[in-house]
Amino acid sequence: MNGIDGLVWWRFHGFALRESLALSMIVAAALVAIAFTARHLMDRGAPDGGRPRMLVEAGYLAMRDAVAEVVPQEHVAGVLPFIATLWLFILLCNLVGLVPGLASPTGDLSVTAALALIVFVAVHAYGIRAAGLRGYLRHYLSPSPILLPFELVSEITRTLALAIRLFGNIMSLEMAAMLVLLVAGLLVPVPLLLLHVIEALVQAYIFGMLALIYIGSALEASRPAADSTDLHQEDS
Amino acid sequence: MNDLHLFSTISTAVAALAIALGVFFPALAMGRAIAAALDALARQPEAEKAISRTLFIGLAMIESLAIYCLVVALIILFRNPLLEYLLK
Repeated sequence: MNGIDGLVWWRFHGFALRESLALSMIVAAALVAIAFTARHLMDRGAPDGGRPRMLVEAGYLAMRDAVAEVVPQEHVAGVLPFIATLWLFILLCNLVGLVPGLASPTGDLSVTAALALIVFVAVHAYGIRAAGLRGYLRHYLSPSPILLPFELVSEITRTLALAIRLFGNIMSLEMAAMLVLLVAGLLVPVPLLLLHVIEALVQAYIFGMLALIYIGSALEASRPAADSTDLHQEDS
Repeated sequence: MNDLHLFSTISTAVAALAIALGVFFPALAMGRAIAAALDALARQPEAEKAISRTLFIGLAMIESLAIYCLVVALIILFRNPLLEYLLK
């Protein structure tokens, strides 16, 4: 929690290992470890998998249903791993800030900017994979070519907004907790930290959901023209 | 009162004004959005999932405006780029 800059853990010949990078690596490793442990417990337990399987499947089904509501049915299997990874990673990163002495990696603009860039690339990758390069690029001209500059500007601003939103929320919560600690003393910021848990959930959900909606719109835009004319006929 | 003094006073006042206005208007907008969503929910309780999802996304969009103001206010207070010219 050092304002806008992160804390440096380790220096080596001009390279600096910052807390946010180290912690996000640890979180990623922890997620992999949790997945393998769950798999191991499932294999070893009762024939039907027992409780670990029930927990994992409940989470998986909740995420799959959320994805299936936005994305066309045939793309769910392709989009789900990306969005679910975003959700779990950001949630765990947000919650790490509750551990005394550690700051959330998502409270660092570099981490959220990297996540937003990944989303930016993924949106186009999914769109191009679904429709081919020409078909995908054509959707920028689809209602009218006059709107092209606005489309391009919105591509950039929404990526920027994605990064700033997550960073600002998490950073401001940690800063507020620290200010209350300075003003009021030990144990007083605990209600604020409870709020932090809710905020961590909500921000992870919103980041993944917005990424999902952007991917959904890229997939939607690349659908064959026949579908959209059908829709118009139904409307009229 | 030298230049530095005046500069820090003005920038503190401006940061406070920025965050005040930047929270005030998004709060109004959020209130209207929530009121409209509750209205829709009362009319069509079966559309609860779609309404709450859209509401969440909309609230996130509105909230990010307040967050922009917060980031700008923090930059004014802690990392003011104009301060370098003054200190040189």
